[in-house]
Amino acid sequence: MASHGIEIKNLYKIFGPRGRDYIEAVQAGLSKAELNEKHGHVLGLKNINISMPAGGITVVMGLSGSGKSTLIRHINRLIEPTFGEVVYDGLDICAMTENGLREFRRHRTAMVFQKFALLPHRTVLENTVYGLDIQGVSRDESAKRGRYWIERVGLTGFENHYPNQLSGGMQQRVGLARALTNDADILLMDEAYSALDPLIRVDMQSVLLDLQAELKKTVVFITHDLDEALRLGDKIAVLRDGEVIQQGTGQEIVLAPADDYITAFVKEVNRGRVIQAGTVMRPLDGPADGMRVANTTTLESAAKDMCDAGQSRAVVVDAEGAPVGVLDLHAIVSAMVTPAKTEVPKLAAE
Amino acid sequence: MPNRDHKTNKGNLMASCSLLPNLLCSFPAMSDQYIRDARKVIDEGFKGLVREYVGVIDTVVQPLQWFLNYLEKVFTNSPWVLVLAVMMLIVYLTSRSVRITVGTGVGMVLIGVIGLWNDTMITLAITTVATLIAILIGIPIGILMARSDRMQNAINPVLDVMQTLPSFVYLIPVVVIFGIGKVPGLIAVVIYAVPPMIRLTNLGIRLVDKEVLEAADAFGSSPGQKLWNVQMPLALPTIMAGINQTIMMSLAMVVVASMVGVGGLGKNTLQAINNQFFTFGFMNGFALVAIAIIFDRASQAFGKRLQKHSEVVHG
Ligand SMILES: Nc1ncnc2c1ncn2[C@@H]1O[C@H](COP(=O)(O)OP(=O)(O)O)[C@@H](O)[C@H]1O
Ligand SMILES: [Mg+2]
Repeated sequence: MASHGIEIKNLYKIFGPRGRDYIEAVQAGLSKAELNEKHGHVLGLKNINISMPAGGITVVMGLSGSGKSTLIRHINRLIEPTFGEVVYDGLDICAMTENGLREFRRHRTAMVFQKFALLPHRTVLENTVYGLDIQGVSRDESAKRGRYWIERVGLTGFENHYPNQLSGGMQQRVGLARALTNDADILLMDEAYSALDPLIRVDMQSVLLDLQAELKKTVVFITHDLDEALRLGDKIAVLRDGEVIQQGTGQEIVLAPADDYITAFVKEVNRGRVIQAGTVMRPLDGPADGMRVANTTTLESAAKDMCDAGQSRAVVVDAEGAPVGVLDLHAIVSAMVTPAKTEVPKLAAE
Repeated sequence: MPNRDHKTNKGNLMASCSLLPNLLCSFPAMSDQYIRDARKVIDEGFKGLVREYVGVIDTVVQPLQWFLNYLEKVFTNSPWVLVLAVMMLIVYLTSRSVRITVGTGVGMVLIGVIGLWNDTMITLAITTVATLIAILIGIPIGILMARSDRMQNAINPVLDVMQTLPSFVYLIPVVVIFGIGKVPGLIAVVIYAVPPMIRLTNLGIRLVDKEVLEAADAFGSSPGQKLWNVQMPLALPTIMAGINQTIMMSLAMVVVASMVGVGGLGKNTLQAINNQFFTFGFMNGFALVAIAIIFDRASQAFGKRLQKHSEVVHG
């Protein structure tokens, strides 16, 4: 199935019985606090515009209460928008009929939840094929497909266990298998890994990245953890109080945080795992010989390769292998420790 | 002595009343004649109404009569060994507990030994029928209530009234409309026993985890699929608690309903009360307690078994 991107345009959500009545006021600049105080309505999302690339992972990041869950639930319309559009494959999801929406949810989207949301009375296999049951697929067929995905997420042998017999990490593997078995293009993950222990979380991130390399789904991943966002996101959007305050690649956000809020976020990040060789290299100034690193290599792994090879200088090459610049250990170390602002101009290389 | 008491009483009354006008002292009831007439008019009107619809009432009630008679016959005419074996099998299958099963066997044998086997079978038959009907009526109403807050707000006060009415009071309208007999008794029992079934079905469905429901929605479940795949299975332990309460209330009401012609252990108890038969009353009481415990333990164990997979062990 070919992937399609998701376009979110001018999306507003105002919680409360008469949300629509306040749209103009909010568009004219009424703040979240004022709306709540004067009219008792909650501004959930304000003028959201995000273009989520087909076949890529878009991460939506923000603190608790910033509107992440509200945003992701507009993509399968578990929450009705107050204003705006969510377009997928030429269709406005917000304009679908009840039946159209049900079909869309059955065949085009699958969702993974923070608290797993498995059915306690169904076994792992029965949970995995839930989406297919709903579609009316025969048990023979669905069990075959379910078993395949159970194996892919590493749960072979647990098909007949009940969720309460599994650890949190294993339960979320079931959640992932359930979503993948649906064979939908859009994969929605709302803080899917936030409830897991750090080590297991990293494990599950790897599972997702491995599968994604092969499946190329349009993934929307919610997290409040910047490290997770940077590791997974082809694109990251940062939310605060229902507004997008910055969007771009991980590198762009780490190197040029849009405001103090994001700067505070970014300060604790391991920059060596985000910034790429191509970003901090110097122009080619001599012969292009010696060891080579790809321009998309992160500084951390470039530094490791160079130390292993006993080199202090390396030639940076592009995807075709043509030399595009040079990198030395000094530049790497200073990029890993210098505050972001000094490197902003280099972003022109992107 | 009694005379003097009477006098002092009157004296007190006069003392506290002497300062008040008569109107505030003894309650100004309507005249006896007036009340008598009003009662007569209402009674006649009601009876006329019932007489007019007697055909409808009979057709509605007829299937209950057949079902009840059939089950009573099955219970009383089958050899006791067979009934006992089937009972123990059912108890074992629901509870999976040898202790409860053996207890059932011992209890039933004791009942047989003291000569109450037949009466117990009659009581079991009507309790079974009443419980089945209460479940059939209660679960759909409970589902409706869970689906709409307006429905809940409309039905809840009715249930409140039903649960505060003393069980005796149910017998009055039932007797007026349906007359005396087994089936009117059965209807009274069902009305008395159905509220917990309705309430706990509603509660069970409303308590289902919001995230699980959201997951069902996210995968495109229709409302019916959600009900049968998610809400009912997850509400089942609560619904089982409702069934348990309904059984216990049916059993209690079957005894009271002996006043309108239901046979079995309740009738014996009523006789024992009227004639001060201490031992006979005690034996019937024992039989009632024994089957109450059997029903209670078996249905509770079944409920627990259903709950096994719903417990969250790992977060
Ligand atoms: N149903 C609702 N009614 C009113 N306010 C809501 C509702 N759902 C969410 N909100 C509010 O919207 C804001 C964003 O919530 P949410 O999307 O759950 O945040 P996040 O997932 O980022 O923690 C919060 O201020 C929250 O209180
Ligand atoms: Mg959330």
